[in-house]
Amino acid sequence: MYTTTWYRTARLLLPAAALAAWSFLAPSFAAEENTRPPAPPSVDAKQPGEYPVPPPPFSKGIYPCTECHNKDLPVNRTRRKLEAAHDDIQLHHDEEHRWCLDCHDADNRDVLRSASGEPIKFEESYKLCGQCHGDKYRDWKVGVHGKRSGEWNGRKTYLLCVNCHDPHSPKYKSIAPMPPPVRPENIR
Amino acid sequence: MKDSETPIVNTNEKPDPEPRGHLTRRQFLALSAAGAVSVFLAGCTKAGREAFFQSRFKELTGKDIDKVIARLEKQYSEQVGRAVSVSATRAAEGVLFGYGLDLSRCIGCRRCVYACVEENNLSRDPQIQWIRVLRMNKESGVDIMESDAYYNPAKVPEPDAFYMPTACQQCRHPPCVKACPAKATWQEPDGIVVIDYDWCIGCRCCMAACPYGARHFNWGPPTVPKDHINPHMHYFGNRPRPRGVVEKCTFCIQRVREPNGHYPACVEACPVGARKFGNLLDEQSEIRYILREKRVFIFKEELNTQPKFYYFYAT
Amino acid sequence: MTFLRFLSGAGKLVLKGNKTYYAWCAFLLALIAAGVVAYVRQMQAGLIVTHMRDSVSWAYYIGNFTFLVGVAAAAIMLVIPAYIYHWQPIKELVILGELLAISACIMCLLFVTVDMGHPERFWHLIPFIGALNFPRALLAWDVLVLNLYLALNLTIVGYLLYSAFVDRPPNQSFVWPLVIFSIPFAVSIHTVTAFIYNGMVARPYWNASILAPKFLASAFCSGPAVLLILLQVLRRTTRLKIQDAAIWKIAELMAYAMAVNLFLTGAEIYKEFYSASEHMVYTRYYFIGIGEHQAIVPFAWMSLIFDFVAFLLFLIPQARKNVLLLNVGCVLIYAGVYIEKGIGLLIPGFTPDTLGEIYEYIPSSTEILVSAGIFSAGFLIYTIMLKVAVPVMLGEFKLSQLSREK
Repeated sequence: MYTTTWYRTARLLLPAAALAAWSFLAPSFAAEENTRPPAPPSVDAKQPGEYPVPPPPFSKGIYPCTECHNKDLPVNRTRRKLEAAHDDIQLHHDEEHRWCLDCHDADNRDVLRSASGEPIKFEESYKLCGQCHGDKYRDWKVGVHGKRSGEWNGRKTYLLCVNCHDPHSPKYKSIAPMPPPVRPENIR
Repeated sequence: MKDSETPIVNTNEKPDPEPRGHLTRRQFLALSAAGAVSVFLAGCTKAGREAFFQSRFKELTGKDIDKVIARLEKQYSEQVGRAVSVSATRAAEGVLFGYGLDLSRCIGCRRCVYACVEENNLSRDPQIQWIRVLRMNKESGVDIMESDAYYNPAKVPEPDAFYMPTACQQCRHPPCVKACPAKATWQEPDGIVVIDYDWCIGCRCCMAACPYGARHFNWGPPTVPKDHINPHMHYFGNRPRPRGVVEKCTFCIQRVREPNGHYPACVEACPVGARKFGNLLDEQSEIRYILREKRVFIFKEELNTQPKFYYFYAT
Repeated sequence: MTFLRFLSGAGKLVLKGNKTYYAWCAFLLALIAAGVVAYVRQMQAGLIVTHMRDSVSWAYYIGNFTFLVGVAAAAIMLVIPAYIYHWQPIKELVILGELLAISACIMCLLFVTVDMGHPERFWHLIPFIGALNFPRALLAWDVLVLNLYLALNLTIVGYLLYSAFVDRPPNQSFVWPLVIFSIPFAVSIHTVTAFIYNGMVARPYWNASILAPKFLASAFCSGPAVLLILLQVLRRTTRLKIQDAAIWKIAELMAYAMAVNLFLTGAEIYKEFYSASEHMVYTRYYFIGIGEHQAIVPFAWMSLIFDFVAFLLFLIPQARKNVLLLNVGCVLIYAGVYIEKGIGLLIPGFTPDTLGEIYEYIPSSTEILVSAGIFSAGFLIYTIMLKVAVPVMLGEFKLSQLSREK
């Protein structure tokens, strides 16, 4: 039996087969790991007040408000529809219960006012919105609400609420979509 | 078997051991081999030969990587007409990229699609888009059989619809990596599933295996207008792909892996902030916040691919 | 040295034939030429000249590949009766089945090559030299088993024919293990091919355990159909003695295989339509269509009807013994399984696609020409091998004769 062709062939093939099997089953030897960049430090922990935002998007020439709203212009605290000026503003923001002077400081039109009467700078208008929209404000602070740009592990820039939401009519406006993809049957 | 017939010619000559004028077997084999090799060598440039014999990128180290990058930068700079840089930055320690997509915010404007096209040098003709936005009916919810990727109304969002963008989900158990017969695609330590375009044989097994339609094939030679080329490239990312290989979203590997890495282009482009991105291993990141505070769902979760792409409703 | 005499003698046999032979070869060569021209065009322009797109990324080429793997596996239909049961009527014909397996394997390799985006990178699949993803990737398994099966059959056939040529009895202890080994190997090549599809969680139409058994059942009824027609042709054109019993037995075995195939198809249809989950949509597209998308519905029903009629024709002894009905059955079974393994497997697997889109695929002219070229190449290779094998089997092509002729 030990001289048959079959046995001789098997004797030759067996070590080769064993080697092949070992090579397949042995773990692959990964390339030598060059030093990988070190773990970046976490920079998402926010310090209060550190929200780099663009300047408030005032309409041209509207600011500073005190150019008109100064001691020469009497303050009218009666809730009414404006006709003498700012009549282009249509309030669609809980207009049943609130009007202009609930957010704008009657005594200093260059700032906004909180519910308790504290002044809020236009550059920090998010604090005003955040009074009622607390959940959005919490999300916005960590970058989950609204657009936030920059480095995923570094400096980030925020947008003011009013960069996307017109404060007098905040519902996000619909826009034209960009073109749909080409259908596969039209790809030549 | 039948007996053979007697031959017509009957001689007593011995068979000729070495037929005259014919090649011996050894001569024939040697000549063919030499012919094949010379034809091959003559038809190739040095760069072409280097490209053909290049090993899998994952197996290259140090100097070899530098040589490959140098060759590619030279090649692409000539192709594009200006200097390009091809990065080979590896994954950083302690980083696992995750993505969040806020379905309560997406308005289906497709700006992410085209930002991706620009950033990643995607072919304009034949058109390849790594992101596909599906219009869903509010009544049916997330139901791909009722979805439509070709919506084109005058304005979005439409009142009875919501929108679900899809791209590579960067699965933890990627079926595409399992299926590739040549190990041309694999998951990097930072979680990005990458493709070695110079190793891919174009069999498209991965495309059949991907449950999310995330992989795209270069059926024809890709075309990108020269003035639109993004010259900051990564070997696994947005460098010009050859015809006949598979490609897909890489989380903008050329942007996120750089020191002070930037957000992927789609995250930057989204006007409503529906796209969120960060390091899943960093508790302070926005993606971890989303997992903690919002209710996420996984697309086709029953397939157990375990994506690192989380859909959620921030509301 | 003797081997070269064998080759040169074989060459002479191949180049000499009657008018029908030359006409057949010329026809095949013409189709091959057309296929080559089409393939060159595909190499220049890219796979975009096919109608495959991202939605349907595998189609005609891989469909043909899948069908032909089944044909290659069907050699088992002859090997088992011949070598296990030592049934004489088939024993003398088993080499014809193995030659069919060789041609089918070569056609499979050609179909996979023309489907690749970078065929010159095939070396990436060679173990140790490239990076074959064994054992995780099923396609890697398929690369190995298909090539091994081809090598196995080439070895067996080459050895047997060469032994007959030099008039030496073949060494049974060499041949016998190889032949026995080829039986599970034939099952494995088609099981592995089935598993490629079966393992894909992305394609619910394929992700069913029934796929592998169904593949085998349909393979065993389709492959031998070619053989049956061929045996009748060889009976007329050569002096090979082919017993009716051999033909009828093969037809009978095919009937049983088809019975299993029909049962498994029925089981599939029941599961999809009764459970009526969302996954039903693919089977629905195949048999009923979705909305206005009905392109392959006629093929679905044709395949089912062909299969069933062929089953009856082969099952009823009087029918399979009737020459006309036998051949009609062969054509029907071949066509039925061809549709089932090609259109019926690939297209519903991809339609609707993973994101719900429906792209109705039709092969382009390039794909049809290249496929015709490959089929013709396979037929030509089989013809050429037969042109040498049949004289060897008849004892008409022997080394001793060549010496005497000189």
